[in-house]
Formats: sequence, C-alpha cells, structure tokens
Amino acid sequence: MIISFDQDLFEILLLSMKINFISLMIACILGLPFGSALAVLRFPVRKTIIAISNALMSLPPVVVGLIVYLYLSRSGPLGWLELLYTPTAMIVAQVILITPIIISLTCQIIEDLQEDYREYFSSLVMPPQKAIKAYLYDARYSLVTVVLAGFGRAISEVGAVIIVGGNIDHLTRVMTTSISLETSKGNLALALALGIILLTISLSVNFLAAFFKNSAKRKAYV
Amino acid sequence: MFKNINESSKILLPISLNNIAYHKNGNQIISETSLTIKSKGITVIMGPNGSGKSVLVRLLHGLLVPTKGVIYYGKHPLKKSIRKKQAMVFQTPTLLKRTVLANMTFVNSIRGRIDLTYCKNILKLLSLEKFQSYPAQLLSAGEKQRLALARALILQPHILFLDEPTANLDPSSIHLIEQILKNVRESGVKIIFITHDIGQAKRIADDIIFINKGKILEYTNTSLFFQKPQNKETAAYLEGELIL
Repeated sequence: MIISFDQDLFEILLLSMKINFISLMIACILGLPFGSALAVLRFPVRKTIIAISNALMSLPPVVVGLIVYLYLSRSGPLGWLELLYTPTAMIVAQVILITPIIISLTCQIIEDLQEDYREYFSSLVMPPQKAIKAYLYDARYSLVTVVLAGFGRAISEVGAVIIVGGNIDHLTRVMTTSISLETSKGNLALALALGIILLTISLSVNFLAAFFKNSAKRKAYV
Repeated sequence: MFKNINESSKILLPISLNNIAYHKNGNQIISETSLTIKSKGITVIMGPNGSGKSVLVRLLHGLLVPTKGVIYYGKHPLKKSIRKKQAMVFQTPTLLKRTVLANMTFVNSIRGRIDLTYCKNILKLLSLEKFQSYPAQLLSAGEKQRLALARALILQPHILFLDEPTANLDPSSIHLIEQILKNVRESGVKIIFITHDIGQAKRIADDIIFINKGKILEYTNTSLFFQKPQNKETAAYLEGELIL
C-alpha cells in the first residue's frame, strides 16, 4: 500500500501531518514565551501557575476531547462557530493537550539556564522582555527536546481527536484514528501500513533532533 | 578606541558608602562602614579569601542591596540609570552559548544599535579577532576572560568593576589585560579591581582598599599602602601571614 502510493492512505497521512504541525506551531508560539516568562518573571501566583501547568501535562486526552466537544457542540457556548467534526476542532484539542507540556518543560529548561545567566543579566540591567528572548535563543537546542515532546504527544493522540473530529472519511480521518478503526474492522493491511508510516515519522523526527543536539554539543551550545 | 568620558564620569564621583552593612542569613558579611572613593583611576580591593571583597563590589554595582545604608554616586543614590553606566567582569565569566562575535553584538544591542565594526575593533584590541565565529564556550580560560572584558568595554562604562579577572591566567594574558585597563583608565573610566596579586596591585593601582572580615581597614594610595601599612592586619596580609 505504501509503495503503490494508495490515495486514501496519503490523504490520511497529509491531514495528520497538517493537523499535528499546525497544533505544534500554535502550542510553541504560545508555550515557549509563556514558559520562559514564567521562569524569568517574579509575580505572586507564579508558583501556582507552574504547578497547574505541570499538572496539566498529564491531562487525559478523552477528557480534553469531551470538554472541547461540549464547547463546540451545537448547544455549547461556541456551537455557533460550527467547528465540531472539523480539522480545526482537532487542532484546538491538540493545542490544549500540547501547550502545558511546552510551557512546563520550557520553564524548567530556562530556570536551569538562569542559574548561569542571572547575575550577568542583572549586571547588564537587562529589560525582562530582552532577557526572555535571550534565554529562548540560548536554550534553543535544549528546547528541541521540548518541541519533540509536544510532537510526540500530537502524533500519538487518539482519544481527543476522535471525539471532536469524529473520524469522518476524507474530512477528519487521521493516522491514529484510522489505525483504531481499521483494526476494529479487521483491515489489518491498512492499519499496519499506517502504523509503519507513523513509526517512521516518529523515528525520523527523533533522529533529526538527536543530530541537531549532537552538533550543538560539539559547539558547547547545549 | 575608547571614547573619552573624563568629564561625564565626574558626575559619578565620588563614590560614597554611607553606613553600609550587609547581612545574609544572620551572618554579617560587611560590617557597618563608611567610605568615600574620590579618586579617578584604578582602585584595587585587597583582602584574604572570604573577607567580603566580592560582596563589596556587588554592593557597589547594585547586584546586592545593602541591609543598611546607601551608596551614592556623586550626589545620587545608586539607581538603575547609574547601573547602566557601569559594567562588571566576573571571576568566572558567564559567556552566552553563541559565537564570540554574537556575544559582543548581544551586549552591544542592549544599549542601542549594533555597531559591528566597533565590536570587531574591541575584539581585535583583546587579540580575539581570529575567534569571531568560534563558539565562546570553547575558548580557553584566558580567552574567555578577555572576551568578558571585551563585552564589558563595549558597554562604554563610566565605572568598570573587575572581580579577580586575571586569577589563573598566564603572564602574557595578565599583561595584555593590565595594558588595556591602563588605556581604559586614561579615557576617564573609573576602575574598581579585586586582586590577590600584590605585584599586580603595585603595577596598576592608584589607591587600595584593604578589607578583612567584612571590615574596611584601610583606604590609601598605593605607595603608602605598601610602604607604611596603617594597621597590623594589613602588614600581616602583605607578609603572607594573615589567614582568615
């Protein structure tokens, strides 16, 4: 199926990549600066926010799926947007699941870097927004692991996306939901083909990240 | 190379410590003390290990806040606008995880627009031009310290603090740094320098502060400090007999 470029299979693959990539991008845009700001800035509820974001890292996907479903369903507060059973709803659910991971891990990495930089940055009388940018830049190679963790969560997600996406053929069917469906139907060839692709993507991304980190280590950037 | 700031640096002098004290976790690190540093040039702070030299410099630079008392620069208490006219070189330099040139441009960008030529000129002055695109973390100890000084100089400070910048460096690196500091002094920058090296203090200091157990025991000009120490502890330190 993979070698013969099966149309359905590649449609599923493309949609999966699109949803995962957009979700990850949005989660990174939100999570990286927020996590960094949490590490750098000092304000009264900071520790509470860190604790909450740590707790949200282990959010059960089906619960997120259910909450997003309730909000987006026709009778829900955002029902008028008519997003339920669309790729957008799947992206929303994915972002909710990935963002806390990005925030928490970013915060930890930047806090570690701060141990080295704090006094020097204080000596430079650096404005906080400039410090946040500098921390994000200097932790760039360590943050690859954070993005990878987010990617791992996104690519393996089934529970939330099946609830809000509905696993509709040619519309919201992605790799994980397809594997689940095709296995239950006994269509193991397609399920296996999708599984191989999923595994290949996951391994390739990990190898690529490891390559980047190793090259950064040689330059003592990590 | 260095902008002459003789006139503008005057407003930051004298540096006055008015009944300064610093405590941490119930321990008295700096005893209540008053001191006025009037002179331009290089003031060296000497004293045995753990005597409070680094804490004193951190108080002067505003990295630590005194438990008691106020530090004045000219007529103004130490505040952010004064701190922006200062720079500090730490004993163990914190280098950013970037190239040597990127370390320079980053610091340069904090106070305004990046002047690449000026960054490169400062690197050249410290014999670091060939390392421009080299990762800063991979430099040798001496090169790292020179880069730390280069980054401080690019800020064009009116007051420059150095916390044992030449400890563990080879004689040629020490010589280079001393020569540069002398040039910086000529441009009107006030330098406050911590060292244990008596020879170095004799070579570069205009005046010397001697501190022991958190107390400033002596502040005098260099020749007097070495020829006629005013108290027993200073004499013992110079003889190598003072142990904290």
